[in-house]
Amino acid sequence: MSLLREGVSGQQGWEPAWHDEPVRRSYDAIVIGGGGHGLATAYYLAKNHGLTNVAVLERGWIGGGNTGRNTTIIRSNYFFPESAAFYDFSLKLYEGLSKDLNYNIMFSQRGMWVLAHDRHGVEMARRSVNAMLLNGIDAEYHDAESVHRHIPGLNPNPRFPILGAMNQPRGGSARHDAVAWGYARAASHLGVHIIQNCEVTGFIIRNGRVQGVETSLGEIHAPRTGMAVAGHSSVIARKAGLRLPISSYALQAFVSEPVKPCLDTVLLSPATGVYVSQSDKGELVLGAGLDLYLSYAQRGNLPWLEKAAAGLVELFPQFSRMRFLRQWAGIVDVVHDSSPIIGRTDVDGFYINCGWGTGGFKAIPAGGWCLAHVMATGESHPLAQAFGLERFRTGALVDEASASGIAH
Amino acid sequence: MLLISCPYCGPRAEIEFRCGGESHIIRPGPHDAVSDERWGDYLFFRQNPKGEHLERWFHAAGCRQWFNVARDTVTHRIIAIYLMGEPKPAAEIST
Ligand SMILES: Cc1cc2nc3c(=O)[nH]c(=O)nc-3n(C[C@H](O)[C@H](O)[C@H](O)COP(=O)(O)OP(=O)(O)OC[C@H]3O[C@@H](n4cnc5c(N)ncnc54)[C@H](O)[C@@H]3O)c2cc1C
Ligand SMILES: [Zn+2]
Repeated sequence: MSLLREGVSGQQGWEPAWHDEPVRRSYDAIVIGGGGHGLATAYYLAKNHGLTNVAVLERGWIGGGNTGRNTTIIRSNYFFPESAAFYDFSLKLYEGLSKDLNYNIMFSQRGMWVLAHDRHGVEMARRSVNAMLLNGIDAEYHDAESVHRHIPGLNPNPRFPILGAMNQPRGGSARHDAVAWGYARAASHLGVHIIQNCEVTGFIIRNGRVQGVETSLGEIHAPRTGMAVAGHSSVIARKAGLRLPISSYALQAFVSEPVKPCLDTVLLSPATGVYVSQSDKGELVLGAGLDLYLSYAQRGNLPWLEKAAAGLVELFPQFSRMRFLRQWAGIVDVVHDSSPIIGRTDVDGFYINCGWGTGGFKAIPAGGWCLAHVMATGESHPLAQAFGLERFRTGALVDEASASGIAH
Repeated sequence: MLLISCPYCGPRAEIEFRCGGESHIIRPGPHDAVSDERWGDYLFFRQNPKGEHLERWFHAAGCRQWFNVARDTVTHRIIAIYLMGEPKPAAEIST
């Protein structure tokens, strides 16, 4: 209705999606980082726990971090029960998110296919399907003929033959900016302050407790502070005297020129090193591997880009003449077991949400939900109990890195 | 793309190398006296600095030797290259 009204009235009557508030000197809770996880945390602090005197502090602009840089793939095809429960909770929140936030996040459950190009890939796919079904999550195994039938256009005669695939039909993609904007808008409506251009530079710590943060806009006080800053997790945590088991790497993605609809699912091919889907605008969205040396430079290296492009052409020779329009990278926080870290820290009043590595977009609703829960109650949410920092002391890793074959 | 001067082979493109992560990490011991805390720290916790970093590289597609590199993780400038077992280079290095 408003679309129609604005269409005939010169698009002059739109209201800002969230309010720019002057920063207060004190809040009930501070969230560092205005990416999807930080904004979702603030939203659920307000919605689930009634804490509305909350500030999200973002040094750049809302969603300008990895939340606005990823390839938007959403899935819950994990191996261990802890991960399956966590990521499927996230997927379920995504399924209702447009309605919950009253904001169209363009969630499209077009299926997520992982191709198997050799016998080990086939075994891995079958094992994953079984593990997922045991955990109550939708999964299908397809043989080669079925893969080609479902994904027309795949190279019928590739150098790396397609022997089979697993598919999660409820997997898919969503508009990443809309996820950030939708949470920002909904949180703002509940009273949360979203402060952009506000960099956290240090912590106010008294008697071993975090009492607030130092920022480029001065000191801001709060009895509890949560952090969701993705690639910068160890940089910020160190300011609170905390070391983290994290390595920061660059992960890159790129998009082609837009073309007519030609690929109606999300496709991952671990063996050829590429994943691809088609955006609603018609661009092919491609992701590459991690640059495997530490990096805080938001650009990826050329060899990985070439490898992903070669992988794409191997799968779809007909795409070989397409032009790439843009390439970029984000800095991701990789943990040894490729599982997140959510919960309390040894520094009282300081809570963290990090270690998402290359896969935290799909986790935004659940990550925000669980960080809000531990900040509000002091207790880890049941879904996040396995993902505490203490596992790097006790050895109780949730090793999805090997279990579900996450390449990085 | 990095151009890395292998101390044994000379300058080569980064695709010939593998990075082995932070350098100068000492395994704690004796093994039966190491706490879970220290062992976890040794296995998983890294400096991960935004800036100068001392790291090990392996010339996988060349001489297959390990060596040390001091590199800036923001600019990717290589500040120094030195052999395994050599002390940390003093100049410019803060970590
Ligand atoms: C190329 C690429 C492809 C990806 N593809 C996928 C995918 O297909 N599916 C998937 O699930 N995940 C994917 N990911 C991972 C996913 O994007 C991230 O895990 C997720 O976006 C992390 O969200 P976040 O809110 O924690 O971080 P971010 O969105 O990065 O937000 C963190 C915010 O913190 C801010 N910040 C940093 N330092 C400070 C400071 N000192 N003070 C204040 N603010 C600060 C930053 O400016 C930033 O806005 C991909 C990532 C990349 C880079
Ligand atoms: Zn060499």
